[in-house]
Amino acid sequence: MDELSRILIQALGQLIAPATAAYALAAIGLNLHFGYTGLLNIGQAGFMLMGAYGFAIATIEGAPFWLAFLIAAAAGALLAFVLGIPTLKLRGDYLAIVTISAAEIIRFAGRSTLWAEYTGGASGLAGTAYKGTFQDLSPLPDGRTAIGPLEYIHNGSDSWWTRIFAWGVVLIAVLLVWLITRSPWGRVLKGIREDEDAVRALGKNVFSYKMQALVLGGIAGSLAGMLFVLPISVAPDNMGRTLTFFVWTVMLLGGAATLFGPVLGSMLFFFVYMLLRTGMRAGLSDVMPAQNVEHLAGLMVGVALMCIVIFRPQGILGNKKELAFDVR
Amino acid sequence: MSVEKTKNENEPVEPTTPDEAEPIGAVAAAEAAAVSDDERSDAARKVTETLSHVEAKVGVAKPDMILTATGVQRRFGGMTAVDVDHLEVQRGAITALIGPNGAGKTTFFNLLTGFDKPNQGKWEFEGRPITHTSAAKLARTGMVRTFQLTKALSRLTVLQNMLLAAPGNPGENLFGSLFRPLWSGVEKRNTVKAMEILERFNLAAKKDDFAGSLSGGQRKLLEMARALMTNPTMIMLDEPMAGVNPALVQSLLHHVQALRDEGMTVLFVEHDMHAVRHISDWVVVMAEGRIVAEGPPDSVMQDQAVVDAYLGAHHDTDLGDDALLDPAVLARLEAEEEKR
Repeated sequence: MDELSRILIQALGQLIAPATAAYALAAIGLNLHFGYTGLLNIGQAGFMLMGAYGFAIATIEGAPFWLAFLIAAAAGALLAFVLGIPTLKLRGDYLAIVTISAAEIIRFAGRSTLWAEYTGGASGLAGTAYKGTFQDLSPLPDGRTAIGPLEYIHNGSDSWWTRIFAWGVVLIAVLLVWLITRSPWGRVLKGIREDEDAVRALGKNVFSYKMQALVLGGIAGSLAGMLFVLPISVAPDNMGRTLTFFVWTVMLLGGAATLFGPVLGSMLFFFVYMLLRTGMRAGLSDVMPAQNVEHLAGLMVGVALMCIVIFRPQGILGNKKELAFDVR
Repeated sequence: MSVEKTKNENEPVEPTTPDEAEPIGAVAAAEAAAVSDDERSDAARKVTETLSHVEAKVGVAKPDMILTATGVQRRFGGMTAVDVDHLEVQRGAITALIGPNGAGKTTFFNLLTGFDKPNQGKWEFEGRPITHTSAAKLARTGMVRTFQLTKALSRLTVLQNMLLAAPGNPGENLFGSLFRPLWSGVEKRNTVKAMEILERFNLAAKKDDFAGSLSGGQRKLLEMARALMTNPTMIMLDEPMAGVNPALVQSLLHHVQALRDEGMTVLFVEHDMHAVRHISDWVVVMAEGRIVAEGPPDSVMQDQAVVDAYLGAHHDTDLGDDALLDPAVLARLEAEEEKR
């Protein structure tokens, strides 16, 4: 019984974990790309890595927190801009190829010894090197608080402050996305998703709209990367293709082109993922070693992603009717 | 420009009862759309009168041109798809661009509307050079096009399709979009206008349906209605009748005529000879990338060389006619073909 409640509490903790917020924000960005505009970005991890490096390196170089925050956002915007210029005039597939390559290039550049002075090479940057400014910002007194079964310290890495900040950023992002997608601007994005030539024929500058969406989603991605590394450390190998596909799963699970889809998807995904892993670790301990459980869980995520796309392409919150007719 | 349907007594009345609108094939539909001289609108008669003084020869100057193209060439590898020396399009008229498959009509159309780049040539719209103008900018200056394969925005509703097309909405700016008061007024006015146009195209009841759920003909109507939302001075229709059932062809033709009667210039690419014959004021014939003839519909149609060479000697033969199954008739047609 103790075992069961421990597993449940661990899974429950995932609902509000900082990493869950980071994934939600990354999925919000991806949703702007794919859900609203139809841009195939298969390199969201690259944007996150840009944000993580941008924030960490800026802080280590002495920047105050909000400046480092802006630098993280700018890093994502810059990457989006650079990738967008050559690809957004081409067919959608090219953006997919370029984003996945760019994400890998950034990861390899980060782990190479060339710039190890700044990036820390393959071992990355230790959290203590850049967390100071963020934790100093906390208005909370020291101590610990328990809400229900969830108990965390107020300040520090795995703290209430990290959670409040991370979810605060997600909340603001949701609000902004709501404001811009309910507007005529959002309607143009959806029009581009459906058929960009038709929108062009109606006098809209399609390239500019796609670029705006790519940059905004990229900024969300890079800020998600910052949230992702705030409680841990910057490790380039933690932020590779797997991360991108987790973000895709989160977005598609919640429902592409829905407002709360990414947030719900992220919470549900990590709740179930944690439940699966801890449950299997406890239940299958005599059958297989803990490491294999991780692999099995990863495999199940892949199968889940396939099942969502095949059986419920609109996700949890999506509108079935919207997918009832031919979608390219 | 008024978008309201002018309740002109001179205007042809659309059939409302089923027996009047019986689907009898494209020929009959087009013929029903054509109206005798005394029923034609003032605008139509005026255009016919103006163009009757224009000589029917390739590249002829028009009294009041809205669009001119000079020396336009588009090559794909070694093949020259379009090679047009000079063309002028009369303002306020319905000009049809016809020709056999592969004549370069659609390529020429794409060049004019900025969807393709020419190897050489230049053209002007309303006196302004538009050779290097992007498709989007061209649409903003008043030249809007539709597509041969209808491009309804499937996962937007019919009304959203319409509102999307309205120009100059401050809410379409990223920063403007954040503040609803900045654009809610414009949005309301656009909605009123969109509903008027939808009413006229019999789509008002469908306003909240996804465009993807419309039938093929309704999508054609929606695309035309959507184009009107941009306040165009010139509307370019790429095969508006393609894939539309005969009953709807008639209504589409009426809509095209109504656009002209409101003062818009219409240029359309079409295969359906009957539609062309009955509604166009001027016909331009293309073949193998060149313009080979132009003139008023009746005289161009009577140009035997044009008809034979580019439309086929038996363009009037109804291929759906059962008589064609008769070996004797087929043999006769073949013999005629031999003689040519």
